[in-house]
Amino acid sequence: MTREEMESKDNETLKDKITGMKRTYPSIQSVLMPALYAVEQSYGWLSQDAIQEVSNHTGVPAAEIKGVATFYSMYRHEPMGRHLVQLCTNVSCLIAGVEDLVKFLDKKYGLLPGGTTKDGRLSLCLMECIGACGNPPAMLVDGDAYDNLTCEAIEQILEKYE
Amino acid sequence: MEKILLKNIDNPDSAGIEEYIRAGGYKTLEMAVTQMTPRDIIDEVKNSGLRGRGGAGFPTGMKWQIASMDPKFPKYLICNADEGEPGTFKDRPILEKNPHLLIEGMVISAYALQSTRGYIYLRGEYPLAAGILSRAISAAYGKGYLGNDILSRRFRFDLYLHRGAGAYICGEETALIESLEGKRGQPRVKPPFPVNAGVWNKPTIINNVETFANIPYITEVGGKTYSKIGSKDSPGPKLFSVSGKVVKPGVYELPMGITLREIIYGHCGGLMEGRTLKGVIPGGVSTPILTPEKIDCQMDFVHLSKVGSLFGSGAVIVFDDTVCLVKVYERIMQFFEHESCGKCVPCREGTGWMRNILGRIGSGGGTDEDLDTLEDVAKNVAGKTFCPLGDGAANVTLAFLKQYRDEIEYHVKNGKCPVDGLPHKDNRESHGGQSAPVEQT
Repeated sequence: MTREEMESKDNETLKDKITGMKRTYPSIQSVLMPALYAVEQSYGWLSQDAIQEVSNHTGVPAAEIKGVATFYSMYRHEPMGRHLVQLCTNVSCLIAGVEDLVKFLDKKYGLLPGGTTKDGRLSLCLMECIGACGNPPAMLVDGDAYDNLTCEAIEQILEKYE
Repeated sequence: MEKILLKNIDNPDSAGIEEYIRAGGYKTLEMAVTQMTPRDIIDEVKNSGLRGRGGAGFPTGMKWQIASMDPKFPKYLICNADEGEPGTFKDRPILEKNPHLLIEGMVISAYALQSTRGYIYLRGEYPLAAGILSRAISAAYGKGYLGNDILSRRFRFDLYLHRGAGAYICGEETALIESLEGKRGQPRVKPPFPVNAGVWNKPTIINNVETFANIPYITEVGGKTYSKIGSKDSPGPKLFSVSGKVVKPGVYELPMGITLREIIYGHCGGLMEGRTLKGVIPGGVSTPILTPEKIDCQMDFVHLSKVGSLFGSGAVIVFDDTVCLVKVYERIMQFFEHESCGKCVPCREGTGWMRNILGRIGSGGGTDEDLDTLEDVAKNVAGKTFCPLGDGAANVTLAFLKQYRDEIEYHVKNGKCPVDGLPHKDNRESHGGQSAPVEQT
């Protein structure tokens, strides 16, 4: 398949996905949140093209979609590394010493909050509570949950994410 | 106490439908649709005295009755699984280990309220729960507990999962409705209340995960028997999520009305050796902090308000003498600033202002006037916002100022922290991280 063909096939499935979502809600606008998750997955982040594509399939103006998307902090509003580290820094994790882990990520990987490593491997987001307060500090890496973190544990865990 | 909400969760297969049915699950639903009328169920819930477990404590039976009297159809049933209050992780064991209890509770509720469509609004931060719930919903459809002609009766109910994307405010019911409609999650003015005009302008019943999880038991044993558990004005079992400086943090199912002392020392193993208690947040960061002499207070919707706090979501956060509360409250204000939806100016500007002052005090640059300004700002946020987020931010600041003034003044006078003898790192410029999407250029 040529690149164009592959892209059009990709777009077809996205269109199907969004059409399928419409059955779940009585209004088209309601499709936006799941549709944004779906385009984010195929585009890697919510670029202008990604937002335009949601607009094409739903009829909701792109400006309106951008307004909705930027309200929610878990969508990817910029290109990110291959793996996303979401580290919780709220109260229970804070008093369990998460600040040391933030420093460690900077020192060891050159990874700053909101940033990506130079090799494009890891991105870091500091999170509000992720609901793991019983075993702090805690993080999600590409959606997998890890808790009771230490610097050593983080190093070991991140080895798995090439 | 016999476990009702966390029954069977130690079983590794507890999330599967076979295991749930083997342990007696979906029997109550069967009994309810064959032997009870919708009216009977609403009456039992009213008699039970069940109060909403999301934080506000509104009587569930009353909410249901108002919704059932509204002549408009369809009626939507929504489960609020946007558990975002820092310190709260009580719904997680139900969502991840006992999803069918929630589904059974929702189907019984749908029958009682004659609702034909429901949504579970799940926070984006729970990807594991999203997978488990999707599989559980499919399994329930497979066994005929969801869909058309449930249990061969003329009763249908469809249930869908809707994932949030990291906005705390969507735990507020009208913001949740906006979000479900595909909009920015900004609260609506009430009235009209969701029970009369909620999502897509139709009657909408929104309950917390834990509230729905109580419904099968209430239906099974009857409201009167249920109401004997816990305290008189707030009956029932309650999930407490305990975190912070205790030996055994975690989620505990205990009767309502248990004292904070029993929770901390009786169930969570007390503090680490040699430490002393400095303060306890009883119900998540939006509830005012309690000083150690108040821990004999009963944990329920009635008693905590008598000692100047709130029950909230039952999220207990314990602080010992190794914790600097100025730092904790700077972090809490950073949270409120980040999560303020921006609709009301006092909240949008006030939360950032309070975070800034606490940051300045912590990093050693505070003045005596800062304390007065902090109090002034808090008083000008309280009561001047659409939804309880601003009130919460203001009231916890005022309670902190009143009860821990010595500690704040120590930072101002000495320019350093009493816990480690150093000023805090100044985060005022570089706070946040998850927030502030970087603009494309």
